[in-house]
Amino acid sequence: MNRVGIEPRAVTRWLILGVIGLLMALPIVAMVEFSLRGAPGEYTLDHWTGILDPENERKYRGLFEGVGNSLLLAVVTVLIVNAMLVPTMVLVALRFPKLQRWLEFVCLIPITVPAIVLVVGLAPVYGVVSRIFGSSIWTLAFAYGITVLPYAYRAVRAAMDAVDIVTLSEAARSLGAGWLTVFFRVLVPNIRRGMLAASVIATAVVLGEFTIASLLNRENLQTSVLLISRSDPYVATIFALLALLFAFALLVIIGRVGAVQPRRSSS
Amino acid sequence: MTARRSGGRGWALLGLTPFSAYVVLFLAVPTVLALGTGLFDGDGALTLDNLTGLLEPAVLRSFVDLLWLSGLTAVLGAIAGALICFSLLGTREDGWLRTGISAASGVLAQFGGVMLAFAFIALIGIQGLLTQWLLRTFDADIYEGGVWLYQVPGLILPYLYFQIPLMVITFMPAMSGLKPQWAEASATLGGTGAVFWWRIGFPVLAPSFLGSLLLLFANAFSSYGTAAALVSQGAPIVPLQVRAALISETVLGRENMAGALAIGMIVVMVVLMKAYSALQSRAERWMR
Amino acid sequence: MTASTPTGTRVQFRAVTKQYPGHRALDGVDLDIAPGEFVALLGPSGCGKTTALRSLAGLEQITDGEILLDGSDVAATPVNRRDMGMVFQSYSLFPHMTVLENVEFGLRMRKVGAASRRTRAEEALEMVGLGVHGKRFAHQLSGGQQQRVALARALVTRPKVLLLDEPLSALDAKVRVQLRDEIRRIQLELGITTLFVTHDQEEALAVADRVAVMKAGRIEQIGAPEDLYQRPSSAFVADFVGVSNRLPGTVSGGEIDVHGVLLPLLAPARPDGAAVALVRPEDVRFAAAGVAATVLTTSFLGALRRTRVALADGTELAVQHGTEVAPAEGAVVHLAFTGAPVALAD
Repeated sequence: MNRVGIEPRAVTRWLILGVIGLLMALPIVAMVEFSLRGAPGEYTLDHWTGILDPENERKYRGLFEGVGNSLLLAVVTVLIVNAMLVPTMVLVALRFPKLQRWLEFVCLIPITVPAIVLVVGLAPVYGVVSRIFGSSIWTLAFAYGITVLPYAYRAVRAAMDAVDIVTLSEAARSLGAGWLTVFFRVLVPNIRRGMLAASVIATAVVLGEFTIASLLNRENLQTSVLLISRSDPYVATIFALLALLFAFALLVIIGRVGAVQPRRSSS
Repeated sequence: MTARRSGGRGWALLGLTPFSAYVVLFLAVPTVLALGTGLFDGDGALTLDNLTGLLEPAVLRSFVDLLWLSGLTAVLGAIAGALICFSLLGTREDGWLRTGISAASGVLAQFGGVMLAFAFIALIGIQGLLTQWLLRTFDADIYEGGVWLYQVPGLILPYLYFQIPLMVITFMPAMSGLKPQWAEASATLGGTGAVFWWRIGFPVLAPSFLGSLLLLFANAFSSYGTAAALVSQGAPIVPLQVRAALISETVLGRENMAGALAIGMIVVMVVLMKAYSALQSRAERWMR
Repeated sequence: MTASTPTGTRVQFRAVTKQYPGHRALDGVDLDIAPGEFVALLGPSGCGKTTALRSLAGLEQITDGEILLDGSDVAATPVNRRDMGMVFQSYSLFPHMTVLENVEFGLRMRKVGAASRRTRAEEALEMVGLGVHGKRFAHQLSGGQQQRVALARALVTRPKVLLLDEPLSALDAKVRVQLRDEIRRIQLELGITTLFVTHDQEEALAVADRVAVMKAGRIEQIGAPEDLYQRPSSAFVADFVGVSNRLPGTVSGGEIDVHGVLLPLLAPARPDGAAVALVRPEDVRFAAAGVAATVLTTSFLGALRRTRVALADGTELAVQHGTEVAPAEGAVVHLAFTGAPVALAD
């Protein structure tokens, strides 16, 4: 008797996942293997332990600076998303529903405008920015806020669509709440999951960003890793692995957080 | 008690200003500047010289190579990604398999760039794990005809490496939207499994598949980091041409070439997005 | 499609068992459906009713026993050749096809020529009252209309058996009743053997020739709606087939003493002792004298009225009565029982 349904057979499923999974795992395995290479034919942990060796402190200083810069940029970008984008989205949904389509359009533009194009015009803008804010690294987050806009918008929008924020806020208002209370005590708790997702995605994008930093001659994780790879490819590889692992852990967490949300099931 | 007109319309409008100003300053202005500079020469006079520069053989070649590279990796990535989505049908949405794969896909889709170059050098570089293993075990030299990893063909595998996960992320919702009832209805009406996929499964998925395909194309088209880290010689694809133009504005005897390249890229992207929305409205006949 | 004489197919389940890992969905189900008969499978979710229907469709493979169509075993016949017409709970229309294309699908599978396909599909749509909606897509139709199309699609191939898997449960109350009656009308007109799965007792009792109440993979009782309602064989059936009041009392000699009133038992062979009687709201009346109770709430239900009262010991029960009486909340009333035999709760 034939099977009915859209699901693959177990054999098919594991064959597909196995083959593609294996191919996808190869580069990462190769990185691990590479990071363990010592003298020809031998493996060693020296490259890993060497990172924290005080003797190499000078050598790796730039690298750690890059890491620090990227983390700072991630924080500021997350701040931009949550303190600027989210309130704007809420405001538009509640007070200017007609602008909804425009906001969406604007937020999705960065998909059409590649970072490599944006950076051409960002150079003169940053000329002005550094005159106002100085040339410290965190100002780069303004540009990163733009590049994460489509992802952040979608994550927050999904959360907003899941709860009827208009009704929620009307209910809260009718119970006597002021706008600030409505926002912080009613809306934010309900779209918190979307804000968290947006923050995690923003963090991942910022940690992986290379184009803008590189072409504006700023130092972040990616540019400093590329720089050090010329002199010490092993440590560059190790940092690449660690960054991958960190981002993966972040996304697993968000995945699990998303999984525990109550679902409206109809079966 | 008097009614407090808190949050009047004027104040609400004021609330829109920070974001509007931000978007104008860091999205609109840079985009206009990027595109605008392509139309001016070094002295601020309007010129078409930069645009005609796009027709130079090397530049034209970089567009052609980028287009086929994007097309190829988009198609292969879309197929492989769709296969993964298919294989995940019937697994629990909140199970470890799905969360694991979607998290991994999220990382690998976003994390392209420089790190991918390292990964592939470690794998299929001259001293790479796979290269050496193939050489030792099968006496097969993948670089018999020359080292292609640091040229455009070398970008295919790394690009696929972020295209496949991106496909998984963008296509999974559509794949999950396939209703088991459709297969069952088709079967009770006399359709075989092949009939289901041919007449129902593929047609229903087609708009989302093509949409994702376009997104993948755009993604490869605008990717920069991997190529920047991997390609050592020349500027064989457009983003590297932009880099070259930015770093040495006057080498070609033409300033603002980067702007012209930006215009070229945006034209391609806009055409893609137009195709995407045309596709959407065609499918909308039966989609909500 | 013109009215035809009942030439339906006979369906038999013989000791059908379906075992899932760690869960027995069907536990020796025996069921005999006469040609042209409309049988409803009624039960709470998880009782196995849907599994039984899907096993007949061929969507589930049974572990043991046999299913016969006109006397021959269907085990070897795959779904797509079993010739069943099935209507699903919801979302079963192919979204990218028009209504007409949906209805034509089964005919296309049977290699019916284009012209005849079109005519038959249009006739089927006509039959469900959607003749003019052929060019629309599923999402442009209401839930009720979608289910009508699904019905037309299931019937257009003139299948051996019509399978209805909770086809009304996603619809609004009003549409539900309308469509339910229409399904019955069409079924009678075509004389097609029909198996109808539902968890709604009112629905089952309203349309089926016979109703099978299922519990934990078994058929607890099967019979005409009246039988089931008046002579439930167990407390489960009594409870499931109608709203029941639960009144604690004492059994002795085939009767139960409830607040000083003796009521006959449906199953008198029952050891004496404390028990809970299940008394239907329509078997309780207001009377000049009897058990005293206080009115809690009363609601107007159109043709009748239902009033909730509380007895002295706190037991609450529902009384169904004519609309000419409208007791005030808090009023003290007296209750009498019609004396219809009652079932006991387990």
